[in-house]
Amino acid sequence: MANYKYHILICGGTGCHASQSAQIKENFVQILKEKNLENDVQIVGTGCFGFCEKGPIVKVLPDNTFYVQVKPEDVEEIINEHIVKGRKVERLLYVDPKTQEHKEDSKHMGFYKKQMRIALRNCGFINPENIEEYIARDGYKALASVLEQNDPEATIELLKKSGLRGRGGAGFPTAVKWSLCRPNKADQKYMICNADEGDPGAFMDRSILEGDPHSIIEAMAIGGFCIEATKGLIYIRAEYPLAIHRLQVAISQAREIGLLGKNILGSGFDFDIELRYGAGAFVCGEETALIHSMEGKRGEPTFKPPFPAVAGYMNKPSNVNNVETLANIPVIINRGWEWFSSIGTEKSKGTKVFALAGQINNVGLIEVPMGITLREVIYEIGGGIKGGKKFKAVQTGGPSGGCLTEKFLDTPIDYENLVAAGSMMGSGGMIVMDETSCMVSVAKFYLDFTVEESCGKCSPCRIGNKRLCEILGKITQGKGTMQDLEELKNLAAVIKDTALCGLGQTSPNPVLSTIDNFWDEYVAHVVDKKCPAGQCKALKQYVIDPEKCKGCTACARNCPVNAIHGTVKNPHEIDQSACIKCGTCYEKCKFNAISIK
Amino acid sequence: MDKIKSFADLKKKREELQSNLKLRESGDNVENMIQVKVAMGTCGIAAGAKATMEAIINECQKQNLDVVVTQTGCMGKCNAEPMVEVKKPGQDSVVFENLKADKVADFVAKNLK
Repeated sequence: MANYKYHILICGGTGCHASQSAQIKENFVQILKEKNLENDVQIVGTGCFGFCEKGPIVKVLPDNTFYVQVKPEDVEEIINEHIVKGRKVERLLYVDPKTQEHKEDSKHMGFYKKQMRIALRNCGFINPENIEEYIARDGYKALASVLEQNDPEATIELLKKSGLRGRGGAGFPTAVKWSLCRPNKADQKYMICNADEGDPGAFMDRSILEGDPHSIIEAMAIGGFCIEATKGLIYIRAEYPLAIHRLQVAISQAREIGLLGKNILGSGFDFDIELRYGAGAFVCGEETALIHSMEGKRGEPTFKPPFPAVAGYMNKPSNVNNVETLANIPVIINRGWEWFSSIGTEKSKGTKVFALAGQINNVGLIEVPMGITLREVIYEIGGGIKGGKKFKAVQTGGPSGGCLTEKFLDTPIDYENLVAAGSMMGSGGMIVMDETSCMVSVAKFYLDFTVEESCGKCSPCRIGNKRLCEILGKITQGKGTMQDLEELKNLAAVIKDTALCGLGQTSPNPVLSTIDNFWDEYVAHVVDKKCPAGQCKALKQYVIDPEKCKGCTACARNCPVNAIHGTVKNPHEIDQSACIKCGTCYEKCKFNAISIK
Repeated sequence: MDKIKSFADLKKKREELQSNLKLRESGDNVENMIQVKVAMGTCGIAAGAKATMEAIINECQKQNLDVVVTQTGCMGKCNAEPMVEVKKPGQDSVVFENLKADKVADFVAKNLK
């Protein structure tokens, strides 16, 4: 048997995959073979390490060396230096942006120091396509103990005490959901996993499915046992091909060794899982719409009650849980509710995975204990704002959430605090914005998204959001009035109160929270016709400073609409009525004579 | 892989498979483990460091010791190769000279237990 001295882990998440991690892996395998080292080094393709900013990541163990931005042609050097001679390849180590120090291993990187990985425990550690590695990491141990104990009520009670709440956004207690579904008798019940992750910029669920698909299968089987469902369904969007592939592999492996199917582990419990593909509609993350879509109907929500626990998929009692929620369950059972409930804040227990994106140094996937502050997330884990610019706001909760400003930087993050601050936890997208972001445009971006994604069933959402979006458009064009601002507020309140489902009810949040926190910026657009961040094109004005202009004609020659006039060696002038604000003149001017006002 | 039919089967399987990941898991806990670094410069390799490293790993495995064995570059005293550095948690490291493969069993028994 091969006696490995090194394990080399190569990130195979979607991000690193896109930057040739598959080729890197192949090169490792091939070069190790050429050098007769294939029995000394094990090559493992893993799920996401989270540090997507610096991908592709290659980690060498046992010395925990963390190589970043590795290219396929670097592989030979890593093998020659690190594996053969035992010298780390300095130039591929992570460099701390503050101290310029090369960090040898991940534990000394600010990005990992404050993290706590529960849902992501196996991501970036095991090969997701190998059930043996999952089993070695206590995989299916929780399922076995639940089946052996044979007391579903006790398992639900344990989850209840742990304080686990739904990670899909609203934070409904998972155990309560299960106990509502359990008593409803039917010939067939369903345990459903909601993997329809739709927030722009969010990729937590995808990474879990790609990095640790067995944890979801195990948790679904546990859930199925507790609610007496023998069928599991995973609703996943077809635009996640890698996650789908890994799930398919995992399901077939679990079936093969009898961890899915009839009479699991001799307990008499039957459970099997099928995949259902969604077409990527945002509204299908809402559970009733999701169920309709699975049934082959239009993905439209319906009024609750009846709740899915009573009449869900095919009108049978069903229970829908989010991917990240499920990923927590096996660990809670293995390590006990006391352990889990010791992490987090009073009402929000455990950890939360966030997809950190936007104007921040360390873009990536992070898992932090509830109760951590935004400041720690942004400045310590995220490494601060890109280019040393000033922090302006962070958007959480996606199109249903809101913006948090500087004054909330030290608020502990949990479900209640985020809602009190005018945003929400959401599924975990966290988009950081710096001083160059225009908040009116940000609100408009999210409204554009909801207008696109509205299913059109109820008029507040279908028509109301469209109007909101139009008003925002008017403001960014410099044509807004103070009355428009009043109208925005009124309309937003009405939509919130009257829309049918969660999508519509929360869609005005980005508008309301930016109005609350950045009222001055709205007023500047409307009254002064200025965009303080300089983002709104229509409100920009390019002006030539006659003192600095040498009359070189570069701007006039490059202007696509001939809006610049003047004669050689004399100052030029821009005709504002003809200018389309493309910025070409600004880029072409060699004398800094053109400025934006 | 064979079917897993009972709770006992799963447990047995898990115990069998766990050793495969031991090396990887030790990466999370390196500071609290005994670390052995074998000097693997050209001089070390010529003097038989590869065989030494192999022997240390095998011996530790045989005795079920939680030791992290890695390699490092030339330690500078090439005439004394193969050289091996032992770092125990909270202690200064100790360097051993002329540690040929045939002395490894004795070395492990005296220093790594």
